[in-house]
Formats: sequence, structure tokens, C-alpha cells
Amino acid sequence: MSTHPLGNSGPRAALHGWLLLLPAAVLLAAFTHYPAVATFWHSLFSTPRPNRPAVFIGAEHYRDLLADPIFWTALNNNLIFAAGTILPSIALALVMALWVNERIAGRGLLRLAYFTPTVLPMIAVANIWLFFYTPDYGLFDQVRGLFGLPAHNWLGSTETALGAIIVVAVWKEAGFFMIFYLAALQQIPPELREAARLEGASRWQAFWKVTFPLLMPTTLFVLINAIINAFRLIDHIFVMTRGGPDNASSLLLYYIYEVGFRFWDQGYAAALTMVLLAILAVVALFKFFWLERKVHYQ
Amino acid sequence: MNTPANPPAALAAQPPTERAGTPARHAARPLPVDRWLNTLGAWTLGIIWLAPLLYAIWTAFHPAEFSTRFAPLAPLTLDNFRAAWEAAPFPRYFLNTSALVATILAGQLVLGTLAAYAFARFEFPGRDVVFALVLVQLMIMPDMMIVENYRSIHALGLVDTVSAMALPYIASAFGIFLLRQTFKTIPRELEEAARIEGCGTLGVLWRVYVPLAKPTYLAYALVSVSHHWNNFLWPLIVTNTVNTRPITVGLAVFAGTDQGIDWAVISAATLLASGPLLVAFLLFQRQFVQSFLRAGIR
Repeated sequence: MSTHPLGNSGPRAALHGWLLLLPAAVLLAAFTHYPAVATFWHSLFSTPRPNRPAVFIGAEHYRDLLADPIFWTALNNNLIFAAGTILPSIALALVMALWVNERIAGRGLLRLAYFTPTVLPMIAVANIWLFFYTPDYGLFDQVRGLFGLPAHNWLGSTETALGAIIVVAVWKEAGFFMIFYLAALQQIPPELREAARLEGASRWQAFWKVTFPLLMPTTLFVLINAIINAFRLIDHIFVMTRGGPDNASSLLLYYIYEVGFRFWDQGYAAALTMVLLAILAVVALFKFFWLERKVHYQ
Repeated sequence: MNTPANPPAALAAQPPTERAGTPARHAARPLPVDRWLNTLGAWTLGIIWLAPLLYAIWTAFHPAEFSTRFAPLAPLTLDNFRAAWEAAPFPRYFLNTSALVATILAGQLVLGTLAAYAFARFEFPGRDVVFALVLVQLMIMPDMMIVENYRSIHALGLVDTVSAMALPYIASAFGIFLLRQTFKTIPRELEEAARIEGCGTLGVLWRVYVPLAKPTYLAYALVSVSHHWNNFLWPLIVTNTVNTRPITVGLAVFAGTDQGIDWAVISAATLLASGPLLVAFLLFQRQFVQSFLRAGIR
């Protein structure tokens, strides 16, 4: 009857289950699954204009894309951005977590300092970083001035703009990732490290042989988040560089925004979004077929 | 000969090992220099991490001529806040952001609870496939589907409304996942007892599951609110008037238009925009960190 040993099963439960799911399922389908499919469909059509409806053009947008130097610049920048943010932010997060997990002077305040960027709006703090990077007056150039170094236009030169953007992203993310490491560290029984030390292992060895392997699931979880963020975090670009100079700090999603909402070429923007989806698909495959074997969520 | 010689040799071998154990224990305790270096490193990083915020506070509370000059006795002023407050419709922006954050949170809690209950405690064909489809959103986030979601919102005639900003985020895979994990830890016996007392499906959910998941709700609410308070790209795309723009977009518009480079006023505006969340964070620091921890542990 209704008190089945397995709880809620049977046709009545199936109906209830589906009804409970329905509202969330409809919205998810409408704003996650449908757009993913529609992106592909619309990427095969020209952009509709007031006097000219959309026409099927097959792979033309993709041919344009291959020949578009700005796309390649943005993609290349994005890969550099990913390389420049993922590893440093994870490494810093781990170091921060190890520090605030120890009995260090002012531990509470330090934890607060590291975590604060997480709750500040990126768009707001970008204004402050913008000032730090200002030639002559900015903090960076003032510090350089103390060593007699010349002023530098950090955001205005093609060599340093992307690096400047990367620094801000690392600053914003590290404290967030620290929290996950801190949680994991607090779950490691202290006896384990003590045992390692009693056996004569140095702190360095104890970390690499005992602590770090135990943190592996956390590292992989943070890694996936960091990879996704590398293709998602673009707010600060709006304030700091607008992708410039000469697209030197444009990232894939920022370029999608420009094409879709500044040039209003939505067909081409759809083709660009497909590239982003392809990258995410690779990340997903990497996660499910390689990482899931090592980490088990309940 | 051999037999009597053995015991003394074994005894003689013991004291050295014991003695060797003692220095090892000493070495395991961090040396003062080591400890000192760690504290120094941790605080250097902490100050770097706080620098943008400290700088913004300095600039915002001092006259503009002290924006780049750090004189300890510089006079304090609130003029910058007054100037920022008068230059942009901040009260309206705050109202819009509050409406946005409240709409998203309310929707997420209701839809997430219903869906999580279905996934945690109902057995019906297709459940696991649907759950996998829900998790797709952890990869393909609405943040990246801007082109197609704009098309949909435009087709629905919702451009420049709070609903437009909120809709893509209301069904949240993260929330569903988090609540499902929590619901799964609640003993089935409680549900069965409630059913015997005559509770229906929604009655069980409301009387048993929701009250027991309160800490998860709090954690999720804090994470969601801080995330959507800070969200920028999607609101930027779907709003175009003061009546709907959230504070992040308002700030970007404000800082981007003809403020010259009045850093003092921009800093004041930046602090205004981050203020409510920052104050909430400082007041409920422990809950915030615990919430992010709880939300991050899977």
C-alpha cells in the first residue's frame, strides 16, 4: 500500500515525484538545455535584421570564425587567462588554508582578510584595481617609483593588460577556494600528522606525504570550479580594459558579449558560444571519465 | 657465548633509539624562525588581500587631493559619499537589487525544495536521467548562455524587468543538489511516522524535511544572496533603465560616464555598492564562512 518498505514508490509516487520536479524542470529546460541546443541551431542561420529575416547559411559562421583573428586572439587570451588563474589561485588557496588552520597570530582577522574579496562585487572592486594600475599615480607605479623605476601603463599596453586582469581574478578567487581547503583540513584527524612527525618526517614531508593526498578530492573539486570560472569571470574586463588594447585582454565570453550585444550579430555570437560549449564539454568529459574514478561523492 | 651476548646488545641498542626519538620530537615543533616567517608571510599576503578595500576606505573618507597622498593627519570627510549619492539614483538601485535577490532566493528555495524532495525520496522511472540533466547546469551556467537566453526573454516580452534578470537563475542545480544531500540524511522513519499520522506528500515535506534542513537553507541563502547581489553580466544585458538596473550595473554606468577620474567619488560609490553585503558579512562572519563551507562540502 502507501507504506511500501522502500518508501515512496509505485505509480502514485511516480506522479507525485514528477509533479514535485515539474516547476524546476521546466525552468531548467528553458534556460539551460534549450539554449544549449538552440545555440547550435541558430548558429546555422544568418542574424535576422529588420528588413531581412534569418536565412539558413549552414556552416558559414564557422568558416568566418576560423578566419576571424579577433576570435583567435580571444581564445588564446582565454587559455592564457586559464593557465594564469587556475594554478596560482589554487596554490594560494592551499597556502592560505594551511596558515589559518595553524595557531597563527591574528588567525580570525587573516581568515577575514583572505575571504573578503569573495563577498565584494567584482564590478566594484575592479574600480579600485583600475586605480592601482593607473600610470604614475596608481599604487603599482608609486611602489615602482620608490625603486626608481619608470611609470608603466599596465592596462594600456598589450604586453601587460592580460596579466593585470589575471592578477585581479586570482585575488578574487583564492580566498573562496581557501574555504574548501580549510573545511577539508579540519576534517583530517591531527593524529595523522602527529604520527608522521613522530616517525621523524619534517613538516614539509608530512604535508606532501600525508596532508596533500588527503586533500586530493578537494583539489579536484576546486580545480573544476577554477576551470569553469576561467571561462566565466569577465566582469572586471568591463571596467578595466573593455577587452583592449587591441583585444589584448579580450576573453571568449567577453567577445561573445561584444558580438552579440554591441554589434548585434546574434548568429555569429551563437557560433562563438558553440566554441565555449565545446570547451565546457571537454571539461565535463574530463570530469566524468577521469576525475569521477578518483573522487566519490555520495 | 652468543646467547648471553645478545640480551645486553639488544638493551644497549634501545637507549640510542629512545634518545634519537627525543630530538625528532623537538624538530617537529616549529622552530621560532620558521614560525616567525610563516606569520610574516601570512600577514603580508593578508595585507595585500585587504589593500584594495583599505585603499577604497581611505580614498572615500578623505578629500580628493589625498587620493594619492597618504598623509596620516588628512582631514576626514563624507562629501564623496554625498557627491556619489546625488550623482546616481542609488536608492532605486538598492531597491532593484533587493527585489532581484529576494525574487531569486524565494524561487530557488521553493523550486529547489520540491525538486530535491523528489530526487531524495521518490522512486520513479527516469529519475536518475533527470538528475543527471539537472547537474548539467553546474557546467553550462546561465551566465554563459547570454545570447540564447536574451532571445527567449525578448520573445517573452520581458526585457527590462526583474523577472528577466531572475528567471534563468531560479531553477538552480546547485541548490537542488545541496538540498537533496541534506534530505537524504534525514531518517525515513520520521517520514513514515508523519505519513501514519495522516500527512500527505507536501505535509511531510513541510513538517519533517524543511524544519530539519534549516542550517542548509541558511547556508544556501547566504551563498545565493551574495552571488546575486554581485551578479553583473546578465542584468547588464537585460536591463536598460534606472527602474530595473541593479546596483552592480548602476555602478558600472556611474563609473563609466563622465566622472572624470574622481577616484574619491568612485571609491565612495564602490563602497556604497559593496556596503550592505560587506556589513552583513562583517557582522555574521562566522555564519558566512560556515555557510560557504557547508555549501562547498559535497
